[in-house]
This record gives sequence, C-alpha cells and structure tokens, in this order.
Amino acid sequence: MTARSLLAGAGQRILSYGALLLLWEMASLVANPRKLPSPRTVAGVLADGIADGSLPYHIGITLARVAVSFALAMSIGIAIGIALGRRPRLDRFFDGWLVLFLNIPALVTIVLCYVWFGLIEAAAIAAVALNKIPNVVVTLREGARALNRDYLEMAEVFRLGRAKTLRHIVLPELFPFIVAAARSGLALIWKIVLVVELMGRSSGVGFQIGTFFSLFDVAGILAYTIAFVAVIQVIELAILRPLERRANLWRR
Amino acid sequence: MSELAIDIRLKRFPAVGQASAVTAIKDLRFAVRSGEFICLLGPSGCGKTTSLNIIAGLDRDFEGTIALPAAAGRPRPVIGYVFQTPRLLPWRTVEENIALVLDPAQARTGVIDELLRATGLADFRHAYPERLSVGMTRRVALARAFAVAPDLLLMDEPFVSLDEPTAERLRGLLLEIWQARPTTVLFVTHDTREAARLADRVIVLTTAPASVQAIVAIDTPRRDRTEPETIDRIRRQIVQPKPGA
Repeated sequence: MTARSLLAGAGQRILSYGALLLLWEMASLVANPRKLPSPRTVAGVLADGIADGSLPYHIGITLARVAVSFALAMSIGIAIGIALGRRPRLDRFFDGWLVLFLNIPALVTIVLCYVWFGLIEAAAIAAVALNKIPNVVVTLREGARALNRDYLEMAEVFRLGRAKTLRHIVLPELFPFIVAAARSGLALIWKIVLVVELMGRSSGVGFQIGTFFSLFDVAGILAYTIAFVAVIQVIELAILRPLERRANLWRR
Repeated sequence: MSELAIDIRLKRFPAVGQASAVTAIKDLRFAVRSGEFICLLGPSGCGKTTSLNIIAGLDRDFEGTIALPAAAGRPRPVIGYVFQTPRLLPWRTVEENIALVLDPAQARTGVIDELLRATGLADFRHAYPERLSVGMTRRVALARAFAVAPDLLLMDEPFVSLDEPTAERLRGLLLEIWQARPTTVLFVTHDTREAARLADRVIVLTTAPASVQAIVAIDTPRRDRTEPETIDRIRRQIVQPKPGA
C-alpha cells in the first residue's frame, strides 16, 4: 500500500467516525439526556475515569483476564485441534463432543463454572477459556487435516524428530489458522470476560458496567465501552497485525 | 565393503473405493556396493517411487527386507532424499532449509557454507525458496541431501520437468558433488539417456509390478560421457542388453 492510499484510507476512516459522532450528537439532542447522553458528556466521564485512575484499573484487570484465558484457550485448543486433525479415529470419536461443546451457550458454561468452583478468579478464567476452546479446535483441526504430506515425509526421512517437526514444519504451516483463531478468539473472549465479570467478580469493565446499569448511568456505560473497544483495537493493530506481517515475510 | 541389499518380495496397494487393488512390486531384488551410483530405470508408474519410499522407510507396509548398513560410528544409517519436487519449506531461507536437517554440531562444521558454494548458492543463502528459479530450488534440495553426509542418497527423478540444458547442468553438478562427497546413490529415472550419463550400473525394471528386468554395467568413464554419440551408444547397450550381461 502506498503512503497516499494509506492517508486516503485514514481520512475516510476519520470522516466515517465523525459522521457517527455527529449522528450521536443530534440523537442526544432529541432524546432524554439520561438515556442517551451527548458525546461531550461521555468524554467528560471518560476523562474523569482516567484522572482518578478507576478506568485504567478496571480495564487493566479485564485485560489481564482476557490475556490469561486467551493464552489458555489458544494453547489447549491448538493442541487438541492438531491431535484431532492428524488422528482420524480420535476425530471420529470426539467429533460429537465437539459439536456439543460448540453449542453450549456461554452463559451456561459461566454459571456452571461459578457453581462448581465458586465465585473465584480461576472459575472466571476457566469459564472464558472453555467457551473459546471448541472454536480454536475446529479451526486448527481444519488446518491440521490439510497439512502437506510432502513436508512430513521429508521430516521423516531426514529424521527431524517430533519436536523439530512440530516447531519448524507443523506450526508454521498452521500459522494462518492460528491467526484466524486468534482474531476471532480475541473478539469473542473479551465479550465473554465482561459477562463473567458482571456475574461473579467485583472488578473489571464488566463489573463496572453492571454497577452503572444498576444506577442507570448510561454515560458511564458508554465511556467504558468506548475506552475498552479502543484498547482492543490497539492490541489488534499493535500486536496481531505486525505478528502476521512478520510471519508472512516469505510469501511472494 | 558392506552392501545395500534390497529384497522386496511383494508390495500391494489395497483397493480404495472404485479402484481395485494393485500389485506395485513383485520380487524386486538387487544388491548395491557401497559408493556405487545406481540408476533404477523404468517407465512412469512402474513402481520406482514406491520402491524408493520403501527403502527410505516411509512405507513399511510391504513383504521383504531392506538391509542398509550404516557408516562406522553411526547407530543407524543416514539417508538423504532428493524428491521429485524439492520440498523446501517456503517459510525458511535457503540456509535455514539446509540447517533444519542437521543437528547443531553438524551445522557448525561449515558443511552448509561448503555446499552453498559448491551449488553456486552462496549469494542466495538468505533468499526464500519462492523467490528462486526452479533450477535453483533443485540445487538447494541437492545441497540439503548431501549435507547430512548420507550413507545412502535416494533421488526420485530430481531433474524431471526441467529444460534439458538446466537438467544437464544439474547432472554435472550432482556428479561433481558426489565425487567430492562419495556415497551410495539410488537414482530413479524414466530417461535412458539420463541413466546412461550418470550410472555405474543401470537396473532396468519391468512395468508394474516392478521387478528386475536387466542389470547393465557401464564401463565408459563418466568424463567421456558428454558427447551425444557416446550417450547414444550406452543407451543402446541399456535398451538391448547383451545376453548374460
């Protein structure tokens, strides 16, 4: 992409967000300000939250939960996905389980984790990870099924061994699938983390949203939402995209 | 000197779906002296690749035995394989592709540098395979196979689908490296001229199921096998072997 087209793209993006902001401003003039506060009111709440440290604190805690459950879901999901993709008999046996777990509503997993393990941090993390693992498994299973036999045979003849084959052949080959799972994973996980916090934790963005809800504080809800979405966008742009670019250097 | 002894009594591919079962190899027996360059010659689809895969240990579903001696000091024989397509990992550079098959101690001996120089790839060590020409990727595959200092080098029509001048340059390069780093070679080809150019002995295979039809020793020294007339004379010798040869 050239610098000019990049600039044009950014201009368009700013214009589009500006239009949304304008629409919001106009709607807030018509609507009850308690139900839809104006962008300026929300910006004020946002600034206050940053100034007194409460907003960074709760976002930080939520991000930590997202990070831990994301790492857990990805590593466990990748391992199971590769195993199922490479072993047809294992796959046939567990396919039914997978369909079952894919269709359990997130809410049920969360409630069950809290009931079984108590209202503790580990239960919250487990609930989020359990929700995401089946998705990662399905994506990685597709990738593992399509692994190039030619490379695996090469690895066998030259006796690379399991660890080297996994690290240098299987994982790089699965990289596009891992990125796809990570992308959709991040989007799904942070939404579930908020629900988990709402239901059973006393910190984090979800907990704050719950508190604002009980006080009918729409400005607070919007301020936290905007701040959190922005942080997630930054993670996508600053971590996932460059990682993907670096791993794709070899492509023509 | 120890010998490589191939004895594949039977290799069958079971019926899959509509396709019926196929006997790919039946009673394929021959022995190879250490350091010998053997060409397995047969038409496409006669079971040549299947035999190589069995010898390489990739296919264990057959009746028979493969006796492959290891060099002194090695617990198991080391095999180098140049496949029909180079099978280089596209996400690793030329150098990294070669280093992958070596253990760290081997990689430190400078063998990679030597082979990159020998194959004329020294300037492309940091290039990714997708940026190389087809001929160059074949050279990387050659370098990788020789890098492990194999007890047995298997080559499965490695120069097929190349234009003839490129293929001929690569044959010359192969012989050069092989003379500097002697090893036993089993080279599969369907091209009689290629066999005439390269081999100490040519093992002519029957069409599927593969077995030995004739074994032809070539006495003409390799340095004399550059003229088309010479190659042609050897080719006739392979196609119509003298009785008892």
